[in-house]
Amino acid sequence: MIPPAAFFVLAVVLFVLGIVAFFVKKDLLTQFMAVEVMLNAGNLAVLALAKASGRPDGQAVVLFIITVAAAEAVIGLAIIVLIFRQRKSIRTDDLRDLKG
Amino acid sequence: MAVVIFAVLAVLCAGAVTAMILSRNQAHNALFLVLAFSSLGGIFGLLDAPFAAAVQVLVYAGAIMVLFLFAIMMFNLRQPLPPERRRVRTYLAAVLALVLLAELVLAGRRALAGGGAEALPSGGAIADLGRLLFTDYLYAFEITSLLIVAALVGALALAGKKESE
Repeated sequence: MIPPAAFFVLAVVLFVLGIVAFFVKKDLLTQFMAVEVMLNAGNLAVLALAKASGRPDGQAVVLFIITVAAAEAVIGLAIIVLIFRQRKSIRTDDLRDLKG
Repeated sequence: MAVVIFAVLAVLCAGAVTAMILSRNQAHNALFLVLAFSSLGGIFGLLDAPFAAAVQVLVYAGAIMVLFLFAIMMFNLRQPLPPERRRVRTYLAAVLALVLLAELVLAGRRALAGGGAEALPSGGAIADLGRLLFTDYLYAFEITSLLIVAALVGALALAGKKESE
């Protein structure tokens, strides 16, 4: 069978890729997608642990994480749409109000 | 057999996210993520979590990414984003990511070195999961529905067109 370490390695790789995407990308929408990638990496780690523990509790937790992620995506996209309507841009370089 | 499926899905998933980093087209990025999340659903299936796999494909690859695609459609950016100059920040991000990767691998290796060998009977039966959701996690389950309604109302209040405009 597949060792649990393999799933952890994949989760770590996905998380790091999400971090890289978040820092390299310059538009809010793609950065938000990178956040979703990181959330999924966390889900994968939780499920791998759930399998190692042999109890179904981990799967219930993953369902809740996915639901909360869906709610978070809805609110985040609403905020991005709002920013786009006010600024006509979603490039993070254009959002520099807090820069002194 | 399972190892081969896992390898294919893992490469697909990581490759799709890498392609998302390299691509500059937002719609392509969203489609790459659909691929990544679908293959991740397959990996969830390999972890004896068929319900989580189905939810992953339905909610993530289906609902959330379609929501992203609708948002991209609303933005209606005709021209692709201008090419980004590779600045110090990009290289710094790459270096820091490598440091983080090394750190996580080290931490994970020490944690995994001890256990993981004993094969426990898998408790992944969907009936058990359903019973658990409606007994031990009943409050969390009901509060989740409240959360979704709150998110829906919040999104409408934030981004909905005002009647007066």
